[in-house]
Amino acid sequence: MKLTVCINHVPDTAAKITIAADGKNIDKTGITFVLNPYDEIAIEECLRLKEKNGGEVIAISLGGDAHKETLRKAMAMGVDKAVLLKDDSPRDSFSVARALADYLKEISPDVIFFGKQSVDSDDAAVGTMVAEMLGLPSVSVAVKLEITNGAAIAEREIEGGKEKVQAALPAVFTAQKGLNEPRYPSLKGIMAAKSKPIEEKVPTVAQPKVEVVALRKPPSKSAGKIVGTDSSAVKELVRLLHEEAKVI
Amino acid sequence: MKIIAVAEQRDNKFKKSAFEVVRTARTIADQTGGEVIALVIGGQVQTIAGELGGYGAQRVLAVQQPKLEKYSSTAYSKVIAEVLKKEQASVVLLPATAMGKDCAPRVAVKLDAGIGSDCIALKAEGENIIATRPVYGGKALTDIKINSAVKVFTLRPNVFPAGMSNGTAANVEVVDIPLAESYFISLAIETTQASSKLDVAEADIIVSGGRGLKAAENFKMIEDLAGAIGGAVGASRAVVDAGWRPHSEQVGQTGKTVSPSLYVAVAISGAIQHLAGMSSSKYIVAINKDKDAPIFQTADYGIVADAFEIVPALTQEIKKLLGK
Repeated sequence: MKLTVCINHVPDTAAKITIAADGKNIDKTGITFVLNPYDEIAIEECLRLKEKNGGEVIAISLGGDAHKETLRKAMAMGVDKAVLLKDDSPRDSFSVARALADYLKEISPDVIFFGKQSVDSDDAAVGTMVAEMLGLPSVSVAVKLEITNGAAIAEREIEGGKEKVQAALPAVFTAQKGLNEPRYPSLKGIMAAKSKPIEEKVPTVAQPKVEVVALRKPPSKSAGKIVGTDSSAVKELVRLLHEEAKVI
Repeated sequence: MKIIAVAEQRDNKFKKSAFEVVRTARTIADQTGGEVIALVIGGQVQTIAGELGGYGAQRVLAVQQPKLEKYSSTAYSKVIAEVLKKEQASVVLLPATAMGKDCAPRVAVKLDAGIGSDCIALKAEGENIIATRPVYGGKALTDIKINSAVKVFTLRPNVFPAGMSNGTAANVEVVDIPLAESYFISLAIETTQASSKLDVAEADIIVSGGRGLKAAENFKMIEDLAGAIGGAVGASRAVVDAGWRPHSEQVGQTGKTVSPSLYVAVAISGAIQHLAGMSSSKYIVAINKDKDAPIFQTADYGIVADAFEIVPALTQEIKKLLGK
């Protein structure tokens, strides 16, 4: 089974975001970049599928040289092969999906995994776009997956419940928290990943369709009112919510 | 501009987001001089679709087939794209729900369109639309413009006003879109809905608990408060990671980013990822015994005290107010 996982290199969720002077990008100074948390879950699922069904796991990342660090982390977790689609020009979801779809088409995987979204742009679109570009079925926000005889039954999260979806392979899945608990890379894995080669490819160029007009901080909220320090404050809190805020 | 507003229904009942999407389309159409066409997809939706007229749709289209009863990523997106082409519309609005977020990327590819996901504001600017959407888990906002001929936007539930229906029922046009078997390669075969459970992503009031509650069983008081106030139960990442609560309840950067009218944070200190995910709530209440907890920096109202003392009393007081 040929298993592929598309991964991204993103600011750590603990990072404080500041806006760059151009007003359109973030200021990267002092920010630690990591493997996108949802992609870790996607990698883990591919590794488990390989352990069960045999085959190989290929990690693919679109970006500049900095993405090599994230590809090495994937290899440290146990991914067999890493491919960097080297290009750090600005892209939107569509042009990212185009580059990935074109490369994936060349290698015809059975399973294509993504994290459910990248925690930088939060567009949650690339995985399903790739499926559409390749004419494949997809299950997004998957929290459970079973593959038997080339057919997948997956569960995806919906509001207040779950939806069971069937799809024949090859297919695209995007991973949500809860699908599995990603493993930590072993020391042996980390050492081995250091010397493994990363294949570099030139991706398809595609013009972004989405233009960033501005990037800004959300309006900052000032600290409010401390209503009290014991249960005698409860009455007043309810009054404020009812009469001042009018939310209950 | 001509706008297709995709109104989501489950079990033949419109979601609140359906009205929000139609109403927002109306607002944009009013600014640009255009038409709003509401689209309803399902097994047998003709009978419910007319209601959308009251929210500002000039025309309401129903695409119905027994096979469309259950959601299919591939089939629903095909229907939306075909309707857009037929109507020569240029904008598609969908809700940023599990359905909308799954469907929209396919619609965008079919129409060679750019996509703006999970928008919290739309504004007409000349012939175009400027959309505002949270990025970096809510730590920043971006204003975007889509430069392709067709534009696809998904709207975060609970943010755009749905308003009240003006009572106008639109004529429903049933449209036939032939769908070959190959359009059902992704198909939902079963839906399990936790009965009456309100999801944090759609709730107008959220009561969240954190690690300060000390044990999973203590979430009972969070559930009680949420029940009394008519809200959904949320959780911090720490308690989800500890296995006390399901991840579907997690609020924050690796959970759900929410904007309810009221967010009550109980025994949550307020890690940066959590704050990013909920600070756009209209009103925030924090209950925490640590007066230095970062959550108080974004809260409108705070009580510095032990949650075990405050929450049951708050539940009682709210029940009294609401006459429960």
